[in-house]
Amino acid sequence: MDENAERIVPKIVTSRIGLDGSHTLETYLATGGYSALRKALTSMTPEEIQAEVMTSNLLGRGGAGFEVGRKWSMLKNSPLRYLVVNGDESEPATFKDHMLIEGDPHQLVEGTIITAYAVGAARAFIYIRGEFALGLERVQRAIDEAYTYGALGRNIFGSGFSLDLVVHPGAGAYICGEETALIESLEGKRGYPRIKPPFFPAVIGLYGAPTIVNNVESMSNIPWIVNNGGAAFASLGIGRSTGTRIFALAGHVNRPGNYEVEMAKLTFRDLVYKPEYGGGMRMGRGVKAFIPGGVSAPWFGPDQLDLPLAQDDVAKAGSMLGSGSIVMMDDHTCMVRAAWRITKFFNRESCGQCTPCREGSGWIEKMMRRIETGAGRESDLDMLLDACDNIAPGLSWPPAQTTICVLGPSIPSSVVAGIRMFRDEFLIHIKEGGCPYGR
Amino acid sequence: MSGFNPEMRTRAEKICSLYPQVRSALIPLCHLAQEQAGYLSEDLMEEIAEMVGVTPAEVYGTASFYDMLHTEPVGKYLVGVCTNIACLLQGGEELLEHAEAKLGVAPGGTTEDGMFTLEDMECIAHCNKAPALQVNYRFFGPVDEESFDELVDDLRAGRLVGDVPSHGTLIREERSAPIALSIDEVLAERALSDAAIAQRKAQVQS
Repeated sequence: MDENAERIVPKIVTSRIGLDGSHTLETYLATGGYSALRKALTSMTPEEIQAEVMTSNLLGRGGAGFEVGRKWSMLKNSPLRYLVVNGDESEPATFKDHMLIEGDPHQLVEGTIITAYAVGAARAFIYIRGEFALGLERVQRAIDEAYTYGALGRNIFGSGFSLDLVVHPGAGAYICGEETALIESLEGKRGYPRIKPPFFPAVIGLYGAPTIVNNVESMSNIPWIVNNGGAAFASLGIGRSTGTRIFALAGHVNRPGNYEVEMAKLTFRDLVYKPEYGGGMRMGRGVKAFIPGGVSAPWFGPDQLDLPLAQDDVAKAGSMLGSGSIVMMDDHTCMVRAAWRITKFFNRESCGQCTPCREGSGWIEKMMRRIETGAGRESDLDMLLDACDNIAPGLSWPPAQTTICVLGPSIPSSVVAGIRMFRDEFLIHIKEGGCPYGR
Repeated sequence: MSGFNPEMRTRAEKICSLYPQVRSALIPLCHLAQEQAGYLSEDLMEEIAEMVGVTPAEVYGTASFYDMLHTEPVGKYLVGVCTNIACLLQGGEELLEHAEAKLGVAPGGTTEDGMFTLEDMECIAHCNKAPALQVNYRFFGPVDEESFDELVDDLRAGRLVGDVPSHGTLIREERSAPIALSIDEVLAERALSDAAIAQRKAQVQS
């Protein structure tokens, strides 16, 4: 087999992005839409669909990267179960679900209906962050069109399977992307993550019933998997990283954007420099550092650009592919300011339940601000690491956790990486009494 | 003031009917209240409380958790400039400073004429168009100083009325499909099909 042979990698989730009226039922039907649902409901049992998804080894596209099929198989047996789709995309610099929600809402709806059938959900909800006003409108329209078309409601396509699907708006809170906080929010409460155990959604979820929470991109993959089979999906990618995945490339690149590529086949360098993707760094500058998977992930330096875009390789190197967002920072970037801004974000978005996160993020943010604005002390660096250590003891990766959810242990990622990789830059801020980059 | 007007009350009741437990309607109803009044006034919070079966304090306590729910009046246009990492790297902070100068208010402030409230926003997932901003949760980007001024002038002159509704109006697409099956019906159907399957299995085995 010629490894270098040009293979055509299918666009699994972005095939309609950019088409005229890609969000309409008309375009969706003209491009094979709802054929997977028809196939699933009229010729497959829920178990067969589950088996295909298991075979595909689709890894959850929200951030944790847990196998979707395995998640489904862990759902507690109960006559009353719910499906909740997580469209609360808020991890900074992640904008792939935004595109899927606005650009192909029917694909999301179809994937959701198939999944509801596969897991036996009594009702399904799509939770979309409130800031996606257009996305909320488009998904609402798609749901109404699906009812009219017969893909939702009573006795779908004459199969005997019935389902109601409700789109639910969030109201501005990063933490609601955490699945148990999302469930609380969907129940009409403050978005406080629940304590696990016992509140694993697959056991005790929405209204106390077993619940599956899956990400928008994960759901958008389901129609293709049903149409083409799990094996076809698994034949793409390498090892555990199967299929394709959307990488949201942002920061100092010439062509920031969402790129759906085959998993594990490209490196970060390919994605940043190839003309069909990032097209290189802005103004031809060098890479100072990059964030490989959302701001919860520890930073990488230029020497890690040759890592493949594969979940396990990135984890082994000490970070995560996370939400699929890659932020490139060029050699003119102030790393203190970058880390400070990320800390400020976590401080604002901490839900306030756990002391290490609520207080720690505040102290770290204040110390970072002090260093950036010229009032820092050399002892601040040790104090910062100590404060980080109180949130995630050991400062290792994956982090240890002292809090109910993973927001807490995500706070140290950028601060610790910043100090470890760019200690001199922190010291210059302290010695010169301000930011050498002139801000 | 006296709560939802009749049209909004009808819409609110429809929203309540979508959920197995009515408290789930709390946040959608808060959005609806903001659509009617521009913000969450006390009378509306009281009516929401009555509709979803909690106390007004619980509505306030829940709403105060969320950035998009305002218990004090805000401007007709909420201008949220993103300064999170992707926008920061592309000049988001400078854009926010420019916005402060242009509007004459600091983040959180409202212009004297009540037209604009400025916010320093967290990531809005528009990073390929950085630096980006939202006006009443409608996206704009990339925005530079010149296009920001133009945008503000257009909003002030009412040239973007169709694109950007007044603050509070979030979802301009009203659900038309009612819920087809109550949860009880789903469970009853499921019990029937489970019984049928069990019966068939028993027949095959006997």
